[in-house]
Amino acid sequence: MTTTTVTPSVSREFLLEVQQQSQQNILRCYQCGKCSAGCPLAYAMDLSPRRVMRAVQLGLADYVLGCTSIWICVSCETCSVRCPREIDIARVMESLRMISIDKGFSPAEKEVETFHRVFLDVIEKRGRAFETELVASYSMGGLGTLKTSIANISLLPGMISKGKMALAPPNASGVDEVKKIFAKVREIEQRKTSGGSE
Amino acid sequence: MPGAYAYYPGCTQESSAKEYGESTKLVCEELGIELHEIDGWTCCGASSAHTTNHLLSVALPTRDLQAAQEMDMPVAVICAMCYSRLKYASHELRDPKTLALVNEVIEKDFQNTTQVLHLLEILDKERIPVRKSLKRLKVVCYYGCILARPKKVTQFDDEENPQIMDRLVSNLGATSIDWGFKTECCGASLTLSRRDLVRDLSHRVLVAAKQAGADCIVVACPMCHSNLDMQQEGIAQQHGDQADMPIIYFTQLVGLSLGLSTEQLMFDRHFVDPRPMLREKGVI
Amino acid sequence: MARIGVFLCYCGTNIGGVVNIPRVAEAAKAMPEVVFVQDNKYTCSEPGQLEIRNAIVDNSLDRVVIGCCSPRMHEKTYRKAVESAGLNPYLLEIANLREHCSWVHGDDKERATSKAIELVKMAVAKVSRHESLFPKEVPVTKRALVIGGGVAGIQAALDIANSGYEVVLVEKQPTIGGRMSQLDKTFPTLDCSACILTPKMVDVAQHPNIRLITCAQVSKIKGFVGNFEIDILRRAKKVDETICTGCGVCMTKCLVRTPSEFDLGMRDRSAIYIPFPQAIPLKAVIDTEHCGHFQYLKARQEGKDVPDCNICQQTCPAEAVRYEEEDEIITERFGAIVVATGFKTFDHSAYGEFGSGRYPDVISSLQLERLMSASGPTSGEILRPSDKTHPKTVVFVSCVGSRDDNKGRSYCSKICCMYMAKQSIMLKEHDPDVQSYIFYIDIRAGGKDFDEFAQRAQDEYGVLYLRGRISKIVQDGKKLIVYGEDSLLGHPVQIPADMVVLATGVEPNDGAPELAQILNVSYDTHNFFVEAHPKLRPVETQTDGIFLAGCAVGPRDIPESVAHGSAAAVKVTALFSRDTLTTDPMVSTIDQMRCVGCLACAEVCPFNAIEPQVLRDGRVVASVNESLCKGCGLCVATCRSGCANLKGFTLQQLLAEVNSLWR
Repeated sequence: MTTTTVTPSVSREFLLEVQQQSQQNILRCYQCGKCSAGCPLAYAMDLSPRRVMRAVQLGLADYVLGCTSIWICVSCETCSVRCPREIDIARVMESLRMISIDKGFSPAEKEVETFHRVFLDVIEKRGRAFETELVASYSMGGLGTLKTSIANISLLPGMISKGKMALAPPNASGVDEVKKIFAKVREIEQRKTSGGSE
Repeated sequence: MPGAYAYYPGCTQESSAKEYGESTKLVCEELGIELHEIDGWTCCGASSAHTTNHLLSVALPTRDLQAAQEMDMPVAVICAMCYSRLKYASHELRDPKTLALVNEVIEKDFQNTTQVLHLLEILDKERIPVRKSLKRLKVVCYYGCILARPKKVTQFDDEENPQIMDRLVSNLGATSIDWGFKTECCGASLTLSRRDLVRDLSHRVLVAAKQAGADCIVVACPMCHSNLDMQQEGIAQQHGDQADMPIIYFTQLVGLSLGLSTEQLMFDRHFVDPRPMLREKGVI
Repeated sequence: MARIGVFLCYCGTNIGGVVNIPRVAEAAKAMPEVVFVQDNKYTCSEPGQLEIRNAIVDNSLDRVVIGCCSPRMHEKTYRKAVESAGLNPYLLEIANLREHCSWVHGDDKERATSKAIELVKMAVAKVSRHESLFPKEVPVTKRALVIGGGVAGIQAALDIANSGYEVVLVEKQPTIGGRMSQLDKTFPTLDCSACILTPKMVDVAQHPNIRLITCAQVSKIKGFVGNFEIDILRRAKKVDETICTGCGVCMTKCLVRTPSEFDLGMRDRSAIYIPFPQAIPLKAVIDTEHCGHFQYLKARQEGKDVPDCNICQQTCPAEAVRYEEEDEIITERFGAIVVATGFKTFDHSAYGEFGSGRYPDVISSLQLERLMSASGPTSGEILRPSDKTHPKTVVFVSCVGSRDDNKGRSYCSKICCMYMAKQSIMLKEHDPDVQSYIFYIDIRAGGKDFDEFAQRAQDEYGVLYLRGRISKIVQDGKKLIVYGEDSLLGHPVQIPADMVVLATGVEPNDGAPELAQILNVSYDTHNFFVEAHPKLRPVETQTDGIFLAGCAVGPRDIPESVAHGSAAAVKVTALFSRDTLTTDPMVSTIDQMRCVGCLACAEVCPFNAIEPQVLRDGRVVASVNESLCKGCGLCVATCRSGCANLKGFTLQQLLAEVNSLWR
C-alpha cells in the first residue's frame, strides 16, 4: 500500500475533466456501493466501480486511468439504472476509457481495447461489421495475446460449419458515408484538442 | 394491426445470427407485417463506438435513422444492441445542440422524429394465430442487459422485471417461468477479448435457467445467443458442468407456433441443437 | 404638514462600519417634513428606545422613520416605543439599512451610503402618508381539534384536555394508536410498545374533555384562528357504536376473509372487524368493500344474482349492526387545530431489483414487527411467510425508499438505523441461532443511548454490519441470494439468506397533501407539512391557529413525536388562555363605491378572505373578512379597477416611495 497525497489543485482538475466529458456530477456519489453490488463483472475488476468513483472524486488520475475496471466494464448499465444518486456510472466508465486513450495510457486490458479498435476499423472499411474479418484480424494480426488468439481461432471451424461465418464481406452501399462520418468526427476531435473553441 | 416498418437487420444477421433474421422475415410475412429493409444501412457502432468515442457512437446510428426518416416509417429492430444504440441516439438528439452537431457530421438534415421499435414491441400488439400450441414447453425469457434499460432511454418495459417476452410466449401456449436473471448480463462484447469472463457470466445464466426448470432459454439478442449457445461447450470446460440448454430466438418460437418447419427456422445452425428437446415436448 | 423624526442606528459596526451614518443624518435633515434627526449606537437598546420616546414627546413628532435592521427583527419593539410616547404604533416606517444595505454592499461604502440615503428618503415619503391603524379584538372558541390519533395526536389531545379545554380527536382508521400500536418493542430501552401506549389510548377514551370520532376526516374549513368552523366527514361504520359491546361474536360468524391492514397482510380478518384486541374504541366496523351483504346490494343494482348475507346482523347479541347507516357530516366550531396525521412506510414494490414483493420471504420492517409481536399473526413466533419455518440467516437492508433519488426519496428516514438494531437484537433474543446481517450506508444513531444500543447489537448480539447498499435479491430454491458489496473490504459479497427485511422508509400518510390544501397550510415536495420556521417555530404553520405534531412534519421517533405533541398542545393552551385575539390591521380594503364586482380578487385570495356582498341597491361588490386577510396584497395586484388597497402599504404610499427617488 502507499500513502496518497491529496491536493486541491490536482484533484479538482481531473475531477472537472471527467465531469465535463461524462456530463455527470461525480461529487453526488455517496459511496453506498450499490453499483459494485450489482455489477456482474465487479469480481474481475481491480477496483470496484464504487472505488473508481471515489478515485475520481479525489482526483487520482493515474490510479484510475490505469485500472482494469474501466476496460472490463461492458456498459450493461445495471449500475446506472439503480444508482440512488442517479449518476450514469456506465457513462463515467466510458468517459474514463476515452480520457485514458487521449492521455496515452497503456490500457490495463489490452485485448479489450484492441478489440474495440479492430471493430471500428472494420466498420470504417466495410460500413458493417464483417465478423469473419473481425475474428481473423483480431486473432491473427497478433493484436490479441497468443492465448486469446488461439482460443478464438479454434472457434472458427465450428462457426464455419454451422454457417455462422459469412465468407463474402458485406456489401453496404452506405460505406462511403460511414467513411466520411469517421473523418468528420476525427476532424472535430482535432479541432477540440488543438485548443480551438467551437 | 399489421403495419409497415423500415427494417434495420443489424450486422449479425448476415452471419452469426442468420437464423434470427430469417425467422424474423418468415414470421412477419405470416403475420402480414411489412418489413422494408433500409437501403444501404450501416453498422450502429454497437459497443465499440460508445466505448471509445461519444460523438461517433451517436453519429453512426443517426445515419441509419436518417435513412429511415426518408422512408417515413417507424424503424423495426431485432438486435437488442442495435435497438439500444438507436434508442440512445434518439435520446441524445433531443438536445438541439447535439442534433446540430451530429447533422454536421452526417451532412444530413435529420429531424429526430423517427420512432424506433423492437420487434417484441410490435408483436406485443399483434394477435398471433397459433396453429401449433407450445403448451408442454417451459421456458425462461432472457432479455439481457440493455433491452430494457435504461428505461428513460428505451421506454421499453419494466427495467427490473420486464414482461413483454413472457407475455408473448404465454400467448403461444408455452409456460414462462419467473426467474431472477432476466436482465443479468451475459458478458456481451468481451467474447473475443475476455472469453473467460463471458463464460463466467453466461454460466450463471445457464445455471439459473436450469434451476428454474426451463427446457430452453428464449432470447432477443444475437450477442446473448452467441454467448449462451456457441460458448456452451467452452463454459462446460471452464466450469465443469454441462448445461445442454437450447437457446432459442423468440422469433423461432413464434415461427414454430405458426407451423413453420425447423429447416425454415434454421435450428440446424445452433450449437446446442434444440430439436431433440422440441421433439420430446411434442412441439415438432 | 407632518412632523417626521428620523432615527438612525449604527447597529454597532453592522451598519456603521459600512454606511456613513453622519452623512445619512445630514441628508435626512433636508428631506421634506423631517423636523428631527438623531443617530444611536444601538437604537433597539433600552436607552435607545427611551430616546425615541423622549424625542417624540419633546419635539411633538407625529411620524417616525427608523433606519436600522430588518422589520422582521425589531418592528414590534419600535412599535411599542412609538406607542409609549402616545402615538399610534402604525405611524412608523423602517428603512432597512442592514440586510438591504450594509450587509450586502460591504465592499462599496460610498455607494452603500448613497443607497442608505435613498432608503431613508423613501421611508420618509411613505410614512408621511401613513394613517393610524387600529387592531380588532375577536373572541376565541376554546375548543381544539386534533387530527390524527397516533401517539403525537394522543399526547396533544391529552395535554390540551388536561388543561381544562374540550378536544375533539378525529381519526381516519377505526381505532386510534397509529403506527406505534403496530410495534413490538421500542428502541433503545426495549419497552413493550403496546404496554406503554394502550394506557394512553384508554385515557383518551375515558377523558371527560375528549370526544373521539373514528373513521372520520376533515372535509372543509371556514373561519380563522380562534373561530374555525370545521366539517368532519364521518364514514358510516354500519355498526351503532353506542350499542356495540366489542364482544367479537360477529367476527367469528362472518364468512369473509380479507388481508388485515393492521397486520400488513400477514393475517386475514373478517369483513366486520375490530382491528386489534386493544383497539380504542373497541367497536366493530364493517368494511363495505368486502362485506357479503354490500356485495349483494351492489350486484343487485347491476342486475346480477348473488346470495345475500346478513349473518352478523342476525347473530349480534347487542343488535348493533346497522346496514342502512349513512356517512354523515359533523360541523363543529374550534379555536385551534393540531395536525398529527403521521406516516406510513414506503411501499417496496418500487424496487424491482428486490423482487417488487414477489418473494414471500422478503418482508418489510413493519411486517417483522407484527411477526415479533405476541399479539401478531404468529403469536410472536418468528416464522418466515413462505413455509412457516424459523429463519436462521436474516439480512436487513437499510435505506429502502430513503436517501434514494432514483425512487424520489432523497431524505433520510431517521428511525431505520435504530429499529434495525432493535429488530436484530430481538431476533437473537427470540432465537439464539439466528445470525443477522445489516447492510447499511451510515449508522445514524444520534440520540440518548442510541449509539451504545447500536454498538451492543454488534458486540453483544453478534449482528454483523456490512457497509454497502445491496443491488439485488434473487430467489434460489428456499434461499434468497442477496448481492451486495462490503465497501469496507472493497469486494462484492453475496449472502444466502432465509429471510430479508427491508428497512422501508418513512413517508407521509395518504391524503396529507389533500388535507393541507383543505387547511390552507404548506407541504413540501415529499408531502410533509411545513413548519412556520424550521428552528424557532417548529410546531406552528404559516396559518395562525393551526399547529403540527409528529411525523406529519418529517421522520421522527416516538419520544420526539410525544414531545412534539406536547409542544403543539402548549401552543393551543397559550392561545386559549386569552378570551380575545388581536388581529393585524394591515389588511386589504375594497373601495366599494368603485368596485365593479368582478370578484377576480376573491379568486386569487389564498386565504378565502374575500366574499361577494350584495349592497342595498342590489349591486354585488367584494368584501374583505379582516380576520382572515393576511395582507399579502394579491388582490391589490389583481384588481382591474384599482379599488383594492392594502392598509399600511397603500398604492399611494408605494407610489410616494417611488416618486421620492426622482426628486
